[in-house]
Formats: sequence, C-alpha cells, structure tokens
Amino acid sequence: MSESIADASPASGGPDQAYNYAYLDEQTKRMIRRAILKAVAVPGYQVPFGGREMPLPYGWGTGGIQVTAAIIGREDTLKVIDQGADDTTNAVSIRRFFAKVADVATTTSTEDASIIQTRHRVPETRLREGQIIVFQVPIPEPLRMLEPRETETRTLHALSEYGVMQVSLYESIARHGRIAKTYNYPVLVNGRYIMSPSPIPKFDNPKLDRSPALQLYGAGREKRIYAVPPHTPVKSLDFDDHPFEIERWDECCALCGSRESFLDEVIVDDSGKRMFVCSDTDWCERHQR
Amino acid sequence: MRDLAPGLADPPHDAQRLFRAVLDAISHPGRVVELIDAPAGPSGVGPAATGCLLTLADRDTPLWLGPAYDHEAVRDYLRFHTGAPLVADRAQATFALLSPEVAEFDGFAIGTDSYPDRSATLVIEVAALGSGATRRWRGPGIDGASRVAIDGPDDRFWQAWNENHALFPCGVDILFVAGRQLAALPRSIAVEA
Amino acid sequence: MYVAVKGGETAINHSLELLADKRRGERSVAELSLEQIDQQLSLAVDRVMTEGSCYDRSLAALAIKQARGDLIEAIFLLRAYRTTLPRFGDSLPIDTTEMLAERRISATFKDVPGGQVLGPTFDYTHRLLDFSLAAAGERPLAPTAPTEEPLPLPRVGDILQRDGLLEPPSQGDDGHDLTRQPLMFPASRPLRLQNLARGDEGFLLALGYSTQRGYGNNHPFVGEIRYGHVPVSFVPEELGFAIELGEIEVTECDMVNQFAGSHDVPPQFTRGYGLAFGHAERKAMAMALVDRALRADELSETATSPAQDEEFVLAHSDNVEASGFVQHLKLPHYVDFQSELVTVRALREEVERRNREAAAAAAALDKAAE
Repeated sequence: MSESIADASPASGGPDQAYNYAYLDEQTKRMIRRAILKAVAVPGYQVPFGGREMPLPYGWGTGGIQVTAAIIGREDTLKVIDQGADDTTNAVSIRRFFAKVADVATTTSTEDASIIQTRHRVPETRLREGQIIVFQVPIPEPLRMLEPRETETRTLHALSEYGVMQVSLYESIARHGRIAKTYNYPVLVNGRYIMSPSPIPKFDNPKLDRSPALQLYGAGREKRIYAVPPHTPVKSLDFDDHPFEIERWDECCALCGSRESFLDEVIVDDSGKRMFVCSDTDWCERHQR
Repeated sequence: MRDLAPGLADPPHDAQRLFRAVLDAISHPGRVVELIDAPAGPSGVGPAATGCLLTLADRDTPLWLGPAYDHEAVRDYLRFHTGAPLVADRAQATFALLSPEVAEFDGFAIGTDSYPDRSATLVIEVAALGSGATRRWRGPGIDGASRVAIDGPDDRFWQAWNENHALFPCGVDILFVAGRQLAALPRSIAVEA
Repeated sequence: MYVAVKGGETAINHSLELLADKRRGERSVAELSLEQIDQQLSLAVDRVMTEGSCYDRSLAALAIKQARGDLIEAIFLLRAYRTTLPRFGDSLPIDTTEMLAERRISATFKDVPGGQVLGPTFDYTHRLLDFSLAAAGERPLAPTAPTEEPLPLPRVGDILQRDGLLEPPSQGDDGHDLTRQPLMFPASRPLRLQNLARGDEGFLLALGYSTQRGYGNNHPFVGEIRYGHVPVSFVPEELGFAIELGEIEVTECDMVNQFAGSHDVPPQFTRGYGLAFGHAERKAMAMALVDRALRADELSETATSPAQDEEFVLAHSDNVEASGFVQHLKLPHYVDFQSELVTVRALREEVERRNREAAAAAAALDKAAE
C-alpha cells in the first residue's frame, strides 16, 4: 500500500517537478485568466471564479496566490508583503511557495518588483506603470457586513443601489461626529461599483486612485476576482461636509524619520512606553540610508 | 485528416507570456502589443488571433467562427488545440473569431446586470493596428484620452460599438488582432471620432 | 535601539522541524503504519474521505498520520492533493439497490423484505470503557452468516413510492461541480447535496438536531439506512460502454418526512437524502435532515429557521473554509489595529474636549449665579 502512495505522491521526485509550473494546472490557469480579463473589463465588479483548494489555508491569501499563480512567469520579479513588511511569516511563506513552484526571482524592493502580492498594505513607494499589485481579500463584498446575503448584495450592485452604504456612513457620523471606518474603507470605482479595497488602512486608499499600476484582487474562500485598471478613478466614499481623511501621526518614524509613511506603534517596555516605526520595511530601509 | 499546424511550443510558459501580453493590452486599451510567442496557426488565421485563442479557450468556452473562418482547416486546428466546442449559435459563444465586416454585436452574450462577466469576448482580425482611421478612446486604463488607429472597422462598426458601450456594465469585449499584434477594447471604453 | 523582528524564514523552518518531531512522538513507541490507520481507525478514514471528496483509503490514512489525527487538517490535506489530480470524466451514478449490505435497518416498518440487518454498530454497545483493549492480545474473529448468494435488497422508499405514498426522488443533475465552479444561489438540489456531503459533520449534526427541536421541524422517520459495498462504473469515451472500476463503501440514509400535497397531488410523504463514503451513519442522517429542511421553499413551507436557510447553511458548512478563516485571525493585523487606535484616540480626545468645555461653561454659570 505504501508503495502505491509513494508513486502517487506529488512529493516524489521533488515538489517543484511533480506539480505544474506555478502549481496550478493549465486549465485552472485559463479559467482564472479569463476571470481576470473580465474583471479588468468591468472595473470594481466581482467576477465569480472556480477557486481551487490551495495548499495554504483559506483566509491566508489563497485568492491572491491563485491570481499570482495565473499571471506569474519566469521573467517576473516577485515581492510579497504582509502588514507592509517583507519578513512577516506569512509573507515569507508565500514568497517561498512561489520561489519553489514558479522558479521566480524575488525581491523586497518595491521598485524592482514586477508583481507585488500584498496583505493589508499598499507600498509607500509610488507604483509605476507595468507593475501589477495583487491584493489578498478576505471578504470581497463591500456591503457584506450591512447585508449578509449574496443574493441581496448582487442585486444591489446590479441596480447601483448603494443607499445602505451611505446610511451606514451617515450613522457613523451621527454617532461619532465623523466617519469612524478606519480600514477596508469602501471606494467607488470609475463612478459605478462600490468596491472593497481589502483591509488596507484608509491611509492607503488615495494610492489606489488613478494608480499607473494594475490592481488585481483575489478572494479565494469567497471565490471572487476583481480589478482596477491603471489610471482609473477610485473615490473613497464621503460627504461634502465630512470629506474623506486619512490617519495622521504626531510622531515620525523612530528609525528613518519619515513623516509621510504609515506608522506601526510598538510597545517597548512594561510601562507601556511606545515608539513608532514605518510599516513599510522597504521604504524605511531606503530612508535610513 | 491532414496534418495540423503545431500549437504552443512550450504550453505553460508560452501561454503565460501570451496572457500577460493580452492582460497588458486590456489594462491599457488601445495599446498595441506584440504576441511574440504566438504560433503561425492554420492558414487564413493570423498568429495573434491563434495565440490568444490557444491561451484562453478550452472545452469550457464555446467558440463561434465568423463566415471568413468557418472552414474545415480552421475548425480542425482550433478543435484539436483548444478542445473548445464550436457553436453555430452566437449567443452561446464565450469567444468568437470574426472579421470586422460581420461585426454586429447583436446576438452575442452581453452578460446580465447581476453577472456582467457572462459576456462574449470577440477576437476581430483587422487589416492593421496603428494605422488607418484614428479615433479618440477614453475610459479605465487610459490616462485621459488616447488616439488609436485601426485599419478595418467602418463607421457602422463604431456606431455599434457605442451602443455596446452604452450597455455598461454589460456588453461584449473586443480583442483586435492583426498579424502578431493585438489591441484590446473592453466595454468600458468610449470611442469618439 | 529597537530593531524590527526579522528571521521569519528561520522561524518557519524551525517550526516545521518541531512539528515533524511532535508528529512522530516518543521514539521508543512504535510508529503507526498507514495499514493500521486504515484498518483500526477506519471510521476516521471514512470521514476524511467523505469530507475530503476523495475515495482513497490509503491517501486518507496518510493525511490522518500527517495531520497527527486532526481530522479537519487531514481533510484539508486530502482536498489540496485532490485538486491537482487530472480528471478523466464522470462515473455513472452508483445504484444502491446493488449494494452488498453489511447493515440495513428501517425504522418505519417492523420488518422489510431482506430483513433488518444490524451489522457492525455502536448502537447497542454499553458505553463502558473496555479495558481489555488497553492490553495487547488477539481477538477472535466474529462469526459470519452462512454464505449464500447475496439477495438484492429492495429499498424501503421504493416500496412506499410504488404505492404513491412517498414522492419519487428528484432526477437529473445540472453538471455543476462545487470543486470546479463557485457556489451560486439559489443552488440546485444536486449542488446542495454535494455541498452537504462535503460539509462538516459537526455543523450538519447541530443543524439537523435543531430541526428536531422545533427550528424547522419536518417530522422525520428513518425510512432506511444501509451500509455496504457498491460497484462504480465508468463509460470511457473510446469504448462507449460501461466498465466496472471497482467497489466503494457507502452509507445511505433515506429519511421519510412530513407529508405534503396540493390540489393536484394527493398527500404523500417527502424525502430527505444523505450519502457518505464508508460507514458514517451520523453524517448521512444529519445530511438527510438538513437536505429536507433546505427544501422548504420547494415544498411551499415557510422558511423561518437556520437549517432552512440555504445561503446560511451552504456558505458555512465547509470546515476547510471555516477553519482557515477563523484561524487567519492569528495572522498579524497590526496595521488595521493601528488604524483603529488612531481613530479611537481621536474620538476620545474629542469627547474629553467637549466634557472640559461643558464643565468650564457650567462653572462660569455657577459663578455668574453667585
């Protein structure tokens, strides 16, 4: 019995040869590629796709990984970040996966990357034309927490009936005096679809607007892909008397002195003393030089 | 059965490069990209048309052939290399290969308000990209507006396009091909004279 | 001087080594073989095959060994492997009337053609720990019935159906496969059944139980449960006729439920259906209860309870999805949390400022009153 398993095992002869290039079989890649093209053609609309079971857990980037696997080639240079950092364990794990199955160069440099897969951040370095940023998305439906039913939210998108979102933001103002939503802040893409920018802090929302890079969003568990083409207007929802605002810090980065980057707060001792450092490790290292 | 022309030489890698070229094109509507890895294909079909069908079509995507392409050699080639079912009813097609002369958009799937992705992608072979009549394109993927020259489609074609664009988010998407070149026109793009 | 945490790669490597070490456990204890898992933990293998959607006892045993006995993790391993396998085509539907049954019971009739066959069941064990199992030692083989040619077992449901007392099973398949296409709503019954077959046993058990306690009650009777071997056949395109690929073990539950009827159709009992790989009665029964509950709309019943809510049930039944998303909360979320901190601090400052201003105004009023 164990012999037959050894024959069947994908691990026999080394994992990199036993699986197809970039892990996914060609038929699956074609299916994902078709979904990506439709996603680009209808900016901000969530295209259902036949998401596969990946060798990493749902919720840990399987959507982003499938999108990256469908687009990546040997000529690419891949950067993977989680919370803005290249060396967080999940980023390391995903980068290792692609280095192994796609024989691809990896980098921590935002500028040098042709594909950037990210969870929860957009790099501080302005993306350029030709780059593709792939977002890992947990809940692709921006209306989900207001309306849990897919059948309902799909109709709301079809009708551009977004009153429920406006009401929710308005209630936040009534309660807190301002829009208290801080991350996964909803955006309107090209004036048509309300879209979840994934759980990036609202600090990063302005970077999505008319970005020269292509933005691809992959939700593996929920089996949706969506996209924002380059140069496409992405407006963070707000009201005339309560305009959209991003987070600000009184402090600067304790390592590089940056005043323009998103800062992580680090508790350094038992008395609760804090320091602030850049969340984007590549940006921080560049500015320390 | 006569000998078929070869398909992709190195499927995973050729298909990946071809797809990235198509993705680049649809992300930058009007941009002319070269499909370097596209195979020659059957006689009467250009390499770019062949390349994008071999990259994207398979047994899950019904294919409709315009009259100029509905020949045995083309059918055999595409059926063998893609496995795509060839359909006579254009409403069933996920992909279509046609020339600009028969390009009326009527009858191809345009998706629904709830599922606008369930729409056809038309591969239209034209005389040349980058020369011919120039029009102004605007929309997602284009920084402001760009002037795009395509030799082939006539005024009637562009009128039909505007009707298609007006259906947004429904509508068909177009991949224009000529020789080894390709330019994309997604439904989100408005085209003016 | 603060230095950001580095060395994720080394940490992961060490973690993987530690995990492998823990998996093996104390080296003086003999290592488990896959045959031992297959033979002696066979119900765990059955569950992993069912929810892993892959009938292969040795792969399931390997997954259980690799997962250290964590069955949801094993299901995940098996599914991730299954998804990379090439597909040759679809087998023909299995016919459970051809089953060589090891067990077959009906709760709706005292006796049925073919008889009530208890077979191997926990049902009548007294749940007393059997300390003799703690010691090594061979067990005598169980006596078996005299071997006659096994008779075909008619399904109890078919007999009721012939009299028009039970609705016929729904026919046809829309060709939709959840492992290839995304789940869409409303879902067809075949799709729902595929989802439930892959669904978490615990989740289905709780939902099925809830219907019995009044949350969508549908008055179930076990028409029949049978467990045994059935042949699997396949029609290769080049041959054009069916060939038998082998046999699989399945458990089938045909639940007979509350009668329905209309002007055109006289009252008849309705069905809920459950099927699982191997011997898995609890799973098959829970599945049958939930299947029936999800037919509320179709049978013009008012859907008021969780088990009758198609989107709720189907979107949350998958334990690989659920486990991943619940556990992803372990991943760093400090960027989003920082975002929240900044906002909460700002909101608190504003409230404090307003309180200070109000206090100052009150003090000024008091002073003026003096």
